[in-house]
Amino acid sequence: MFGKLLTTLLISFHLFAILCASFSEENPTDRRVLVLLDDFAIKSSHSLFFNSLETRGFDLDFKLADDPKLALQRYGKYMYDAVILFSPTIDRFGGSIDAASLLEFVDSGHDLILAADASASELIREIAVECGVDFDEDPAALVIDHTSYAVSETEGDHTLIASDDFIQSEVILGSTKIEAPVLFKGIGHSINPANNLVLKVLSASPAAYSANPKSKLSTPPTLIGSAISLVSIVQARNNARILISGSLSMFSNRFFRSGVQKAGTTTKHEKCGNEQFLTELSKWVFHERGHLKAVNVKHHKVGEKDEPSMYRIKDDLDYSVEVYEWSGTSWEPYLADDLQVQFYMMSPYVLKTLSTDQKGLYYTSFKVPDVYGVFQFKVEYQRLGYTSLSLSKQIPVRPFRHNEYERFIPAAYPYYGASFSMVQFVVPFSKAFFS
Amino acid sequence: MAPPETPQPTTLRHAFGNVLSVFVLLLIGVFAFSIRLFSVIKYESVIHEFDPYFNYRVTQYLTKSGVYDFWNWFDDRTWYPLGRVIGGTVYPGLTLTAGTLWRILNSLNIPLSVETVCVFTAPIFSAFASWATYLLTKEVKGAGAGLTAAALLAMVPSYISRSVAGSYDNEAVAIFALILTFYLYIKTLNTGSLFYATLNAMAYFYMVCSWGGYTFIINLIPMHVLLCIVTGRYSPRLYIAYAPLVVLGTLLAALVPVVGFNAVMTSEHFASFLVFIIIHVVALVYYIKGILTPQMFKVAVTLVVSVGLIVCGAVLAVLIALVASSPTKGWSGRSLSLLDPTYASKYIPIIASVSEHQPPTWPSYFMDINVLAFLVPAGIIACFLPLSDASSFAVLYIVTSVYFSGVMVRLMLVLAPAACIMSGIALSEAFDVFTRSIKFQLLGSTENLQVNNAGESTNVAQNDVVKTEKNEDSQKERSSRKSKKKEKESTERVPLVSRIEQKLLVLPLETSLIAVFLLVLLGAFYVVHCVWAAAEAYSAPSIVLTSRSHDGLHVFDDFREAYSWLSHNTEVDDKVASWWDYGYQTTAMANRTVIVDNNTWNNTHIATVGTAMSSPEKAAWDIFNSLDVKYVLVVFGGLVGYPSDDINKFLWMVRIGGGVFPHIKEPDYLRDGQYRIDSQATPTMLNCLMYKLSYYRFVETDGKGFDRVRHTEIGKKYFKLTHFEEVFTTHHWMVRIYKLKSPRNRIRGKTKKSKSKASSTTSSKRSGTRKKNPWH
Repeated sequence: MFGKLLTTLLISFHLFAILCASFSEENPTDRRVLVLLDDFAIKSSHSLFFNSLETRGFDLDFKLADDPKLALQRYGKYMYDAVILFSPTIDRFGGSIDAASLLEFVDSGHDLILAADASASELIREIAVECGVDFDEDPAALVIDHTSYAVSETEGDHTLIASDDFIQSEVILGSTKIEAPVLFKGIGHSINPANNLVLKVLSASPAAYSANPKSKLSTPPTLIGSAISLVSIVQARNNARILISGSLSMFSNRFFRSGVQKAGTTTKHEKCGNEQFLTELSKWVFHERGHLKAVNVKHHKVGEKDEPSMYRIKDDLDYSVEVYEWSGTSWEPYLADDLQVQFYMMSPYVLKTLSTDQKGLYYTSFKVPDVYGVFQFKVEYQRLGYTSLSLSKQIPVRPFRHNEYERFIPAAYPYYGASFSMVQFVVPFSKAFFS
Repeated sequence: MAPPETPQPTTLRHAFGNVLSVFVLLLIGVFAFSIRLFSVIKYESVIHEFDPYFNYRVTQYLTKSGVYDFWNWFDDRTWYPLGRVIGGTVYPGLTLTAGTLWRILNSLNIPLSVETVCVFTAPIFSAFASWATYLLTKEVKGAGAGLTAAALLAMVPSYISRSVAGSYDNEAVAIFALILTFYLYIKTLNTGSLFYATLNAMAYFYMVCSWGGYTFIINLIPMHVLLCIVTGRYSPRLYIAYAPLVVLGTLLAALVPVVGFNAVMTSEHFASFLVFIIIHVVALVYYIKGILTPQMFKVAVTLVVSVGLIVCGAVLAVLIALVASSPTKGWSGRSLSLLDPTYASKYIPIIASVSEHQPPTWPSYFMDINVLAFLVPAGIIACFLPLSDASSFAVLYIVTSVYFSGVMVRLMLVLAPAACIMSGIALSEAFDVFTRSIKFQLLGSTENLQVNNAGESTNVAQNDVVKTEKNEDSQKERSSRKSKKKEKESTERVPLVSRIEQKLLVLPLETSLIAVFLLVLLGAFYVVHCVWAAAEAYSAPSIVLTSRSHDGLHVFDDFREAYSWLSHNTEVDDKVASWWDYGYQTTAMANRTVIVDNNTWNNTHIATVGTAMSSPEKAAWDIFNSLDVKYVLVVFGGLVGYPSDDINKFLWMVRIGGGVFPHIKEPDYLRDGQYRIDSQATPTMLNCLMYKLSYYRFVETDGKGFDRVRHTEIGKKYFKLTHFEEVFTTHHWMVRIYKLKSPRNRIRGKTKKSKSKASSTTSSKRSGTRKKNPWH
């Protein structure tokens, strides 16, 4: 009895320690990652990828996807900061996890890496659809490309694709250019062009299509050309990040180590781009890169220090904000020249680009427009790969007080003259009139 | 004036009459105050309705921050995001009055809360108003009429409806100011004293401070002046009564921020200036006539008239051009709807939508002024016997106010004092005649007593004497105006004249007795009706409702429940959208920012909210989100049968919204011209936000969704809200508060969950054409 209590206590202490190290505003990089596998063989067959994560300080917790003791949260707190789903065939998760709880996990700001594969299960597809990614509905379909396949010994159905159609973004893929094409073997997916949260990171070539390689094509394929996305990322509105890939094998040690020669080219790369591509991408997904924060929003009248509760029309004011980027270990000043502030009331009355001191401080000063009302200082900063910054601070602008107008205006001098001369002459006039 | 042998009793009677008058007036004041306390006794000491909440909030600000901050107050909690410059757009009279009252009480160490002072301001001022009525009527027809009129006014239901305890609105003090201004005008007219003229201007200033209805004064008085001039009653007293009022009054009115330059710019004030010019011309003519010989005068007249006509024509042309250049001809919408009663319903739905701007029905006259409606004609006749300057003013006042009350229910309030004055005159004259007849019949034989009687009747209505004197004075006005001595002579002749008159006006004893009895009965009915109206009809504060049923009294305190929920469960800067009726209450009681409120100064903004309420959910969400709205509040009476809920007001939202945003069309919400919410309702109606927010989950209450206000089952019973979520519904479902859902964190893909094997052709088509609702 007593011993039981002690263990519970110990466990809760342990839990407490874990909670302390979890994802936070100050330290956005994920720490504890749940890896759900179809079977433990994947742990060793994909060990290179996992090792790269572990060396970067992640705490990987490998579980079978149908483990009956699976749980994402305990006592209302999430035990993980991210989930890696390397279980494309699973039909039902074990324990308390299902599609809804995983999506809720994402909606509460956590990250997800999802790798599907040919014959991905309904469950995996459903999660992908909820994130805005539609896998080819034919379960046996693979992406086939007869022009940019990877040259291999077993010259076959051209489903091993070597793609180098990357997204052009240093934030997402790192600053070093990926020289070698990435090997891909799996199903393709499409994304809705109207959906601005999903990005194609790796697209298929214009000659690719998605079909079952083992059967003859009876109808034209649904997914064709560069509409096929091989690897996509999602950044949700709460800045949770999701990586969705149509291929589990592209994470495997075999692909990481293999060389590549794209069909039709003579350059043979000793090592394909998979390792660099996926490592860099995982850095982005786990918030080691491209995570911005804005702090110390300050505004005050020119020449003053304190923030007023209200401005007057035509006041001159200073506005400043500090923006930092998370480098994985510390907050570094974010450098850009396109950060803008709006002075907004139903529409922006002032729109100014902020100047920077290269140390993270962005500042500007402007004149309050000649309109009173409840304004907002708005910074809406959405850049490819970066978390979106959306700051708004409400501030009322009042009209002049009754004694802030000019006492005498030049145009009215004739009237002043008239009234004073009137006053002067009334007295003698009355005297003369009444005497 | 009395016979020399009995001077002692007359003076005594004088003194006794005065003391009695003061005592009666005191009682009238107490009565006027206490008849308005039913609301406090039956409910509680609470501010009523809508506008009073705003006034209360302003008063709180005034007492907290002082006059200057109040003057410069820019309120960022209403009309988000435009804000409202309260100091410059509010009639400050009421607020300053209550604030001063509170300050005085506090400095006397009477620590009343601001709310208490506000609640009792209206009853206090209704006592003042009855005293002012006494003074005014006394000037018109003598003290007896004055007392009667004061008593009538103290309990006239129309006035009670606007001045019960808690009804802290501008009218509460404005009616007092109105009557006082009229009294001082008549007083000046009767005395020709510049002192009263100055007081008159001050009273006018107070009226301008208090209520937009001051334009009634500044049009009525010029009308009366013009009437006097046209009927040949011009006198220097008229000049003194009018000219200082225009000059000082206009200057003072321009000091009130909300009026400002309107005092000289708008057509409402134009009549006063025109008459100001006319009275000067007339004065000049009289002056010249006095110093010139008749022949010379004739020559001068032809000369001046020809030149004057040319000048006048030029000036008029310029003025007409100026006025015509403005689209509304320089008139504000409310004034235009006074001149043309159909104007508002045609052009300004926002004015027409207010129930108190509708024309009244006949029963409402009986309800609001009761027997006075029948006494008024008698009073008018009494005013013509004899017609003096003052009584002609009273007649003019009643005639114009009857017209205005026929245009707007709200202006019944202006009619009420006039009706009271007229009825007071009628009653008092009638009693005068009847009691005199009785006395004459009983004591007629003795000559000595008759003399006494004559003296007495002049004393009872002491001012009657003055009036008769005035009458005679006006008859031979031209000859006797300047000589005071002659006037005195005529005064001495009065008893004789009135004695002869009295002999002629004697009725039989029985008739008189019965008539007196009937009049008393009439008065008794009036009192009973007034007390009933005060206790039952007009005492409800409308934020707390009660209903009596077989199992006892039910109290519906849903409004305050909702507002306190808002103030406790939402962020300080959250914005609450509702129809404008509830704006003042939300800011005052919940202290949350609102989009529109009862100060309907920006039609577009109100139309935006109306459009949102009449749009489908998604469009409404977009509109509200663009205004940073967090919560939407709707008032729903379907469960308990509260008829003035948002569904019943909804057509106005559609009209006002459609007036600015033409894609909202009223016929879309009507089935064959009928407004309905049952299964016959149009799809636009059933899908609009107001319907959905009102009837969301309503079917769960009784299983059928039976609306107790519209007496029908609702058309669409089971539906879900996609962009709004219900956060609070009060106990009787009268107020429902919804929160705007934030946009979905992720955007779903296009594939449907249920569909696993879709034909490839349709899905490819879909991807091209269909834009996914990002919030779905």
